[in-house]
Amino acid sequence: MKIDIILCGVGGQGILSIATIIGEAATKAGLNLKQAEVHGMSQRGGDVQSHLRLSDEVIYSDLIAQGGADMIISMEPMESLRYLPYLAMDGKIVTGSEPFVNIPNYPEMASVQQELAALPAVDIMDIDAVAKSVGNPRGANMVLLGMAARHIQILSVQELKDAIRTIFSRKGEAVVEANLKAFQAGFDGVDN
Amino acid sequence: MKKLLLGDEAIALGAIHAGLGGVYAYPGTPSTEITEFIQADATARERGVHSRWCTNEKTAMEAALGMSYAGRRALVCMKHVGMNVAADAFVNSAITGVNGGLVVVAADDPSMHSSQNEQDSRFYGAFAMVPIMEPSNQQEAYDMMQSAFELSESLREPVVLRVVTRLAHSRAAVEVHEPAAMQNLGICQERWVLLPGIARTRYAALINKQADMQAASQESIYNRLECGGGSLGIIACGIGYNYVKEAIGDKANILKVSHYPLPESAIHSLAAKSDAIIVVEDGQPVVEQQVKSMLGAEYPLKGRLTGDLPRAGELTPDNVAKALGVEQKPTLAPSAIVAPRPPQLCQGCGHRDVYTALNQVLATYPDYRIFGDIGCYTLGALPPFKALASCVDMGASITMAKGAADAGFFPSVAIIGDSTFTHSGMTGLLDAVNDKSNITVVISDNLTTGMTGGQDSAGTSKFEAICVALGVEPEHVRVVVPLPKNMEEIKQILKEEIDYPGVSVVIPRRECIQTAARKAREARKAKENAK
Repeated sequence: MKIDIILCGVGGQGILSIATIIGEAATKAGLNLKQAEVHGMSQRGGDVQSHLRLSDEVIYSDLIAQGGADMIISMEPMESLRYLPYLAMDGKIVTGSEPFVNIPNYPEMASVQQELAALPAVDIMDIDAVAKSVGNPRGANMVLLGMAARHIQILSVQELKDAIRTIFSRKGEAVVEANLKAFQAGFDGVDN
Repeated sequence: MKKLLLGDEAIALGAIHAGLGGVYAYPGTPSTEITEFIQADATARERGVHSRWCTNEKTAMEAALGMSYAGRRALVCMKHVGMNVAADAFVNSAITGVNGGLVVVAADDPSMHSSQNEQDSRFYGAFAMVPIMEPSNQQEAYDMMQSAFELSESLREPVVLRVVTRLAHSRAAVEVHEPAAMQNLGICQERWVLLPGIARTRYAALINKQADMQAASQESIYNRLECGGGSLGIIACGIGYNYVKEAIGDKANILKVSHYPLPESAIHSLAAKSDAIIVVEDGQPVVEQQVKSMLGAEYPLKGRLTGDLPRAGELTPDNVAKALGVEQKPTLAPSAIVAPRPPQLCQGCGHRDVYTALNQVLATYPDYRIFGDIGCYTLGALPPFKALASCVDMGASITMAKGAADAGFFPSVAIIGDSTFTHSGMTGLLDAVNDKSNITVVISDNLTTGMTGGQDSAGTSKFEAICVALGVEPEHVRVVVPLPKNMEEIKQILKEEIDYPGVSVVIPRRECIQTAARKAREARKAKENAK
């Protein structure tokens, strides 16, 4: 079994924390993992992405081939479209619905929504609103991870929750609980 | 025990576990995390491993050579263009030779994710005539540190460890072992005095060692010939090996190369088994050129020079699969509506206020140029500021402004960050002072090395003193606080100093908002913990 995921968003939105948590869960589960990211200049409000590969077999390449990603997990709708050539023809997009506008030429939201609607498998949710509604306005990335969790079959929900606990434990029990709550809200939200 | 590590972190931990005495480095993407890891590592701290940042790559290289002379294992880390800065010391360290093991990590950036070129550090290794190691994955990066220090000590030469962005910044689980004791071979009893007569002898010795280097490469556990059949032989270097395996699995004859000089007999045996050879290497066609001269112009050789792989840019699973004739998966068309989202200066960053002021003041002159430098403030070249005429290499803002002023151009302004100024700007400022050049130098001081994530800056709290000591007149060293509320004052001071016919320095000083926020968080946490 394997899963190849493109994680994306805008610098500062917290996609690397998602990668860290999945990485922790995968390592604990004894899976092989490779996770490539770009640091440096691109973090200053530019687009950021990470290639995350999990498998129970040897993984050679740090990068996912085009047409090979099982899933795109994106904090932001336009960013989810940036990596379409990487998505497998039957791949899944899991994305936040609210645009992050820090450029003058951000496309019309209607056309972004239209493109997403034309794709075969898209889960879209206002992750910022959900995060706020559970009292964790900075937890939108955990809501997104919750949304994605049911499609990451190589890891159980409990394994991901344990990883959230491990990663946030040094910040105290309150932070752990707030992030677990955001994760659960994202997971439940997909059902509705 | 297994640990999830970035390639950079695997190098760092491998070095610590190999009994490292000290790391010397200047921050530069994608190499920065090596030194940061050593700075934070409990074993390294307990052992007192040196890890403070250096002023530039040349001072780093020289200090490491000194540590090696004293008998300790020393590590130097830099991004690829840092090799240009360190080159004088690096190339000559092959002539002096080493005592304690000396490993030079060069982190190359094919595709220029965060750089101004994609020069290949393997040329430097070959130029200096020393061995190069190039890990294909995180485990090798860790293991190779031990091997590289041992090789360096057995040959008594520095060893280059070359990585690329995709390994430096990719995580995987690494099997790690217990740290070895710190090495101490004792102070060197030789004298490394490269007067011509002595240097000739040492150079002859270096040439004589080439056969040993070739033998080490032939026997290296990091080079191997995998015989999977087929008529196309593949030479797969560094992480190129991963893309080859991903595309073709075991169904080819693959010579994996992670240790140079190239293992010559293995290349000849691959050539004998194959009708043609393709070289898969990340970066420039270093191996392709060498293999061409080994096998002769008649042998069918493919690679970047023949266009089978792209001449520029990094290797990807896609371009390697295509070059190997492996069918690729169908893909969705790229979206037509996605807009580029270039990096930008943070909202509230002091550099923004500096550019606002500079642009407004200089717009009152018929023509002007601002010569830029390397750091976050290079983003001032992009909209909305579009302020820069140039950005070439560390320190070039001051010297290019000087050259333009020497040619009679006015106003000629340089903008340089605090860390870049101490890295390579001070010597240029001295040239300008000695020539009484009509330039204004803006040292935009955010009290940190910002672009690489906020490392200590060598000159913090010393800039006025440095400028005055270099000969800038004290009344023409002006300090301002770049905030919107001070805009009129900043513009007034800039105008006065631009109009002063000589060397003037304006220092806008306000802490980087990222490091300020981080410090505030840490202070809050410390307060909470104290409760």
